[in-house]
Amino acid sequence: MKKIIFIITLLIVFSGKVNAQQTPVKAQSETISITGATAHIGNGEIIENSIIIFENGKITAIGTSGSATPKGKVIDASGKHVYPGFIAPNSTLGLVEISAVRATDDDSELGSYNPHIRSIIAYNAESKIVESMRPNGVLTAQITPRGGVFSGTSSIVQLDAWNWEDATIKADDGVHMNWPNIFTRGRWWMGEDPGFKPNKEYSKQVSQLESFINQAKASLKSASTDNLPHLAMKGIFDGTKTLFVHVNAEKAILDVISFAKKHNVKKLVLVDAYEAYKVANQLKQNDIAVLSGRTHKTPNLEDEDYDLPYKNAKLLMDAGVLVALQNSGGMERANARNLPFQAGTVAAHGLNKEKALQLITGNSAKILGIDDFTGTLEVGKDATLFISIGDALDMRTNQLEKAFIQGRDISLESHQTKLWQRYSGKHSK
Amino acid sequence: MFWAFNFYGQEYFPKNDGVKTTDSNYTVFKNATIHTTPDSEIKNGTLVIHKGKIVQVGNTVPVPENSVVIDLKGKHIYASFIDPFTNFGIEKPKRKGGSIFSPGAKLDWKATREGYYWNDHIRPETNALTDFKYDSKKATEYVKEGFGVLNTHMPDGIIRGTGLLVALNNEGTAGERLLSDRSAQFLSFSKSNKSNQVYPTSLMGAMALLRQFYHDANWYPSSKSDNKDLSIEALNRNKNLPQIFEAGSRINGFRADKVGDQFNIQYTIVGGGDEYARIDKVKATNARYIIPLDFPEAYDVSDPYMANMVSLGDMRHWNQAPTNPAILSKNGISFSLTTHKLKKVADLKTRIMKAIEHGLDKKIALASLTTVPAQILGKSDLLGSLKKGAYANFLITKDELFSKDNIIFENWVQGHKNVVNDMTVKDINGKYELSVAGKSYDLSISGKPSKPKAEIKLGETKLGSKINYKNNWVTLTFTDTDTTKTTYTRVVTAIGDTPNFWSGKAILPNGSETSFTAKKKPDDASDKKKDKKPSDKEEKPEVLPLAYPNIAYGNSQLPKSETILLKNATVWTNETDGILTETDVLVKNGKISAVGKNLSANNAKVIDATGKHVTAGIIDEHSHIAADAINEAGHNSSAEVTIEDVVSPSDINIYRNLAGGVTSIQVLHGSANPIGGRSAILKLKWGESAENLIYKNSPKFIKFALGENVKQSNWGSTTRFPQTRMGVEQLYVDYFNRAKEYEKLKKSGKPYRKDIEMETLVEILNGQRFISCHSYVQSEINMLMKVAEKFNFRVNTFTHILEGYKVADKMAAHGVGGSTFSDWWAYKYEVNDAIPYNATIMHNQGVVTAINSDDAEMSRRLNQEAAKSIKYGGISEEDALKFVTLNPAKLLHIDDRVGSIKVGKDADLVLWTDHPLSIYAKAEKTIIEGAIYFDLEKDKNMRKSIASEKNKLSTMMLKAKNNGLKTQPPKKKEKQHFECETIETIN
Repeated sequence: MKKIIFIITLLIVFSGKVNAQQTPVKAQSETISITGATAHIGNGEIIENSIIIFENGKITAIGTSGSATPKGKVIDASGKHVYPGFIAPNSTLGLVEISAVRATDDDSELGSYNPHIRSIIAYNAESKIVESMRPNGVLTAQITPRGGVFSGTSSIVQLDAWNWEDATIKADDGVHMNWPNIFTRGRWWMGEDPGFKPNKEYSKQVSQLESFINQAKASLKSASTDNLPHLAMKGIFDGTKTLFVHVNAEKAILDVISFAKKHNVKKLVLVDAYEAYKVANQLKQNDIAVLSGRTHKTPNLEDEDYDLPYKNAKLLMDAGVLVALQNSGGMERANARNLPFQAGTVAAHGLNKEKALQLITGNSAKILGIDDFTGTLEVGKDATLFISIGDALDMRTNQLEKAFIQGRDISLESHQTKLWQRYSGKHSK
Repeated sequence: MFWAFNFYGQEYFPKNDGVKTTDSNYTVFKNATIHTTPDSEIKNGTLVIHKGKIVQVGNTVPVPENSVVIDLKGKHIYASFIDPFTNFGIEKPKRKGGSIFSPGAKLDWKATREGYYWNDHIRPETNALTDFKYDSKKATEYVKEGFGVLNTHMPDGIIRGTGLLVALNNEGTAGERLLSDRSAQFLSFSKSNKSNQVYPTSLMGAMALLRQFYHDANWYPSSKSDNKDLSIEALNRNKNLPQIFEAGSRINGFRADKVGDQFNIQYTIVGGGDEYARIDKVKATNARYIIPLDFPEAYDVSDPYMANMVSLGDMRHWNQAPTNPAILSKNGISFSLTTHKLKKVADLKTRIMKAIEHGLDKKIALASLTTVPAQILGKSDLLGSLKKGAYANFLITKDELFSKDNIIFENWVQGHKNVVNDMTVKDINGKYELSVAGKSYDLSISGKPSKPKAEIKLGETKLGSKINYKNNWVTLTFTDTDTTKTTYTRVVTAIGDTPNFWSGKAILPNGSETSFTAKKKPDDASDKKKDKKPSDKEEKPEVLPLAYPNIAYGNSQLPKSETILLKNATVWTNETDGILTETDVLVKNGKISAVGKNLSANNAKVIDATGKHVTAGIIDEHSHIAADAINEAGHNSSAEVTIEDVVSPSDINIYRNLAGGVTSIQVLHGSANPIGGRSAILKLKWGESAENLIYKNSPKFIKFALGENVKQSNWGSTTRFPQTRMGVEQLYVDYFNRAKEYEKLKKSGKPYRKDIEMETLVEILNGQRFISCHSYVQSEINMLMKVAEKFNFRVNTFTHILEGYKVADKMAAHGVGGSTFSDWWAYKYEVNDAIPYNATIMHNQGVVTAINSDDAEMSRRLNQEAAKSIKYGGISEEDALKFVTLNPAKLLHIDDRVGSIKVGKDADLVLWTDHPLSIYAKAEKTIIEGAIYFDLEKDKNMRKSIASEKNKLSTMMLKAKNNGLKTQPPKKKEKQHFECETIETIN
């Protein structure tokens, strides 16, 4: 068995595709049917021995084998698994190539109130990191700026494109805001105790933020305003944009909830929200979704359960909160390809596997507001999906055979697979 | 004989403000209870002093004619206190430069002084007297609390030079007060603020520097060194002085003691107040301690959202710290107390009373302020007890020193009287019947005799009043019953021979003058009872039990090796047997005793492992947890430092790693310099001391590093060599050449200077110490192998080695292993070509390959990181598991003890709930040498007990707050998470 996996992997890389690395594929012209696979829908359901048909980039049929007649090119995926493409929200993919090389860093603009800054402009569709997502099943991402109080406006892309315009599947979907911290860290390099202590400026910082909101509202009342930051806030109040609030502490989360109510924010999503599980009931009551933090991290506090980050999303899901995973933090771009395993970790710590899958597919799409056309294996949605030989949430069995974005049979090669080939060749001489 | 004491030194200072008078009279204190030492007292004793010294003390002693006699009937005399650790009168210098990591900071890579040691932070030549300025205001604060003598020093630098011993004699001359200008030598692990010399940047660097300096000092006198070194000469002069080491914490105390032991120096250790939590180890230092009393204030937990940040460990410390002096004493550890770290000197008494409440014996408390500091300073003949020839430094007190209502009346220093509370004041406390202008009031006076408080009632109405009692005169002002008026009645009288009956003048609200009387009422018996009751019922404070380590998830008992039979598991042997199903593993005496089917054993703890997997414990070749320092970045080579010096056994990441099945780790030095420091190879025996975590007969390792970090590409400095990969090669060649020459000299039998750095490099050349080298790109990897080959040794391990796949053939030929990340990349330019297939390619080329973490989080999922090699390159599952077990054991030269499941090897095992390479597997039990250090079930229970203990402590803290005690805002103490590139600073 192990040998078989090895050979198959070799096949994929050496003989699979003739597509040159990074070359995006043309729109789907030939109908494709995948038969016999276990289809993981992404909404908690599963169809064993399934048939999936997609045409012109859209899924036209899905059901148990026999519920539709295969047509076009038929791929026999018996014993294998089909998943909707994984979605990486709150990501800086394509904004930074090499963190230590400043010239390649485009994720954080100068200033504190930058809702008008648009990440999509800097998105590098040809990033070597972006292409390394695909062999693990990560096919969609929300490209999000960093820094400041208002970091800027994100957009959502698919990961097989010539340029940012082609990549965009939803432009300017939301504004990202960093809520003030309840605790601040001592500046050790200035001789302060490096621990955390209450942030004395917290109320002041919150009121500055509120006054920005009030100013923006005032500007928006005038039809002729040309204040860019204020204009960028419009969608927050009319519901065309989501407000993503990056916040962690329980108390701060409660403050965010009342802030959003007070200012009539139509769509609010909490990002990271480490302590959201403590206020899960309030979140559910107020219909507030959470993009939960990476599961592969150590607990924030010494006294916490060692597996708290592992099970955090489960605690929210159990309480009925709409939740998906995101992966911001150290080395977030390179690590974004491990998103499936981050979801797998939640399953290891108690969540049903299909529910864990929702954390990186159906739920992510709902939270990002793209569930009308992607995120699950359902008729009418984009054929953004892949075939894996085994359970894709487990690194032991995550082996992609084929991946499709909007029905396009994309390359699974990358800078890395190329180097593998190159040096395997060198050593086999 | 008695008069013989009359001979005193001749005075020779000129006098221009009057005629020279000499006071040759005696002062005699009679009828006091004299506590000559904490253990002996003389009832109705007499103390005779003359010219600042005690000339007689006893029951019946001759009293010279020319004596002033003071009757102290009912009062007590104690020796005044001594604080052996202060910086009284000496200002700590302000820090000059920035840190090595702040851009634009002025950095000195060399010493800036001429004629002294090569490191500015070594300053034994400092004489604190140079910077000393007697501070009479501060002295008065100390005198009020009972101190007579302070030992003070310049609190700056690693070796801080000599301190001085000064008597708190505001009236004396400078020369009189100065008891010693070279009282002790002071040391610490903190750098001098007077210099920007970068080295050392770490605790372990400070330790290495101290050691090297001691070696140099031993060598210098016999050497024909061309260098004049005033620091070394000063150290050698200071050798016989008491050596006082400011460690500041229990664990740093152990570290100081370890350095001292190596050079036969027994430091007196200034502790951290946390000694109680590991008292056996404290005792084992055999050191005397100087203990601060800065018991933490309760955290303000009234806001539960904020309170959450305070750790159980910090909460416990609040509860347990006041037991520190009592626990030290009960364990026979000799200690002095100090005001060091107290916010104000006046806090001393409350802290001592608190320590007494928590079990400290009063006699020990007294000794810790008198006889013990005198011993520490080698001045027992002159200070700390009341005996002939000693300084006349003593206290006159109302009651026993540490009784609740005691008052210090006078504190005599060198025969000079300091009045703290006037003892001639007649106590007027009590209840009086006050008659003024035909009205009869109830007057009650209480409080300090010299500063009483008054309460006046007319019938049931309480009147506003103010009492003033000074120079024997009482003035009392009080209001009328009609509170709408602001009119006062004043009475005034002198307290004469009949303190129970006063009569004097009264001024009525209308201004007319009359007389008044006040008659003391007999003491109310019921009042006394009331007063007594609370003290009778005084509750013993509740102190919560310790854990090992004393934080959340600490063990209440250290895990012990057991006989364990794991039944019916899938056993991954890592041996030729491969993976055995339905197999038993028997653990006995810490070793694997049998592997097979249907095993049985008497008295074994049987664990049903049906459906579960057993593997060898995971080994992380590259870890930075469990250490208080990682990088010594002050030099381009730091071979003299060792992580073994700074192992931190109370890092919660040890427990979290156990929860991920990790049993052994190599804690590597960071990658700040081409030649880094020596490693510590640990077993994660959670709860054990640092030295018990370190492998016995540990193989010797050192960290080397290449590339961007050692070139300092990504942080401030551009002034340290090397700045290119080209320079890195030359640096190695240079150091190894020097090491060869050093060894030649050493072997020649000629005298030589012992050089710790060179000793380490010689070990490498001789194959006795192994290199684990941080490396990324192929050029530099190739380079180091060539350098090693030139010097006839072999590089043991390339760690990280992200381009190992490009030179795997060369690595195999050289015989070096590779320990890599599974899939990290894109964070630096040099990892641009890092590929997750790296491990597979190296393995396939015959390189012994491991997967490591360099990260406290990833290390707890190393089994999963290994599993990625199945995805990336299709390695077999058996080989994948070896990447994190047997192969790192081989790379660390510990595969004879751990790394596989083989009879006779250490029983370091993990019981997994599922296939160990699957994301779904959890470590259910992690066993080291037959002792269970992690258990899922036990973990669950601990979560509950942590919650309930925190709740209990919160309640106690709220109670403290409600009782009016000071609190501090919630805080989270932070330990840095170290990675290779993390740089820490020491101040």
